[in-house]
Amino acid sequence: MIEFNHISKRFKDKLVLDDISGHFQRGKISLVIGTSGTGKSVLLKCLVGIIQPTIGSISFDGRDMLEGGKSTIISIKREIGMLFQGSALFDSKTIEENVKFPLDMLTEMSKSEKLDRVNFCLQRVGLKDVNHKFPNEISGGMQKRVGIARAIVNNSKYLFCDEPNSGLDPQTSLLIDELIQELTYEYNITTVVVTHNLDSIFTMGDYIMFLSQGKKVWEGNSKELFHAQVQALKDFLFASKMMQQLLIKDSH
Amino acid sequence: MVILELAPTVMAIIFAGKVGSNIASQLGSMRITEQIDALEVMGINPTTYLVLPKIVASICMYPLLVILSGSLAIFSGYLAAKFILPIAAEDYVYGIRYLFDPYTIRFAIYKSLAFAFLVSSIAAYKGFYVFGGAVAVGQASTQAVTNSCIAILAADYVLTQLLL
Repeated sequence: MIEFNHISKRFKDKLVLDDISGHFQRGKISLVIGTSGTGKSVLLKCLVGIIQPTIGSISFDGRDMLEGGKSTIISIKREIGMLFQGSALFDSKTIEENVKFPLDMLTEMSKSEKLDRVNFCLQRVGLKDVNHKFPNEISGGMQKRVGIARAIVNNSKYLFCDEPNSGLDPQTSLLIDELIQELTYEYNITTVVVTHNLDSIFTMGDYIMFLSQGKKVWEGNSKELFHAQVQALKDFLFASKMMQQLLIKDSH
Repeated sequence: MVILELAPTVMAIIFAGKVGSNIASQLGSMRITEQIDALEVMGINPTTYLVLPKIVASICMYPLLVILSGSLAIFSGYLAAKFILPIAAEDYVYGIRYLFDPYTIRFAIYKSLAFAFLVSSIAAYKGFYVFGGAVAVGQASTQAVTNSCIAILAADYVLTQLLL
């Protein structure tokens, strides 16, 4: 479980995160949602240790991420897999080398063991015959899959996804969501997804945290979402014409 | 002149233009596409993994480049003396050996080590701390070259005052 308390982050004179607390359960998918610029990605980056929060505490299964000492922080980081918004694949390495990279850097596995693990992970995310291609030779959806394969190759306990559907068509988007769900439940991973994709919100939100202007203004699950009485959340959910029509039909 | 100034200093400016801009733009692109963040998330120190090898490689290879360029310049002078200018080859060899101080070679190597460190570290710093998009990467690349050139000329002056 990931627990964080009173997280605030200030960039110069701008308060981006304002006293956010919460916990993300193991084996469940937790979503952080909100409009652009509300601090979702900053929160995610604080949790994985890319950005240092101004104040607050973060713990991964009881281990302090901020004040736990260098060895604790490194051991936590080695259990984290992250899918970045733009996939963040190393463009000078092939797909196989990209997925193998965490194993090369962090494990003592033999060459053949690494290769077996890489092939298993690539197959698990539905990719074939791409081992020797470079990231710029495959589609955006495939890059996301490679990103997921790289995130899980080291048997990660925690999976963080920063807008996994951005730039993808609805069908591919759905496949990526399904993949994240399958992996979370299959490997009992603590998964945190930052998104503003409505399909993802309604289909995979075991726990949802809604941020508005840097503050947590609502939390619950996807079933409770429709009945939430928070204006900012309603505005966010029913901003699209399709959702507005659904709401009108529902009220009739 | 070739050994003292042309080979180490002029080559350093060319080195800054080619290798310095390359280092800055590569690291800058990695920064804006979150590849450096990906390394940090994995618990890998990006400075050790990305910057240190570039600085070490520059320090190892740039002196060799200076030796090569100095040798080629002297050899080119020999060819020019022999085939173009009305100077006998023997006179040219006598001329370059006349009042030659072997310390100048050591001094050129010291300078090349300092210049290699300056170019690679300035370029790596500029690239590593890029913030923004493609425009910022271009600016970092330009700044890496201009700052390196200034640092090279300043270091050249300081080293000459200290060691020569």
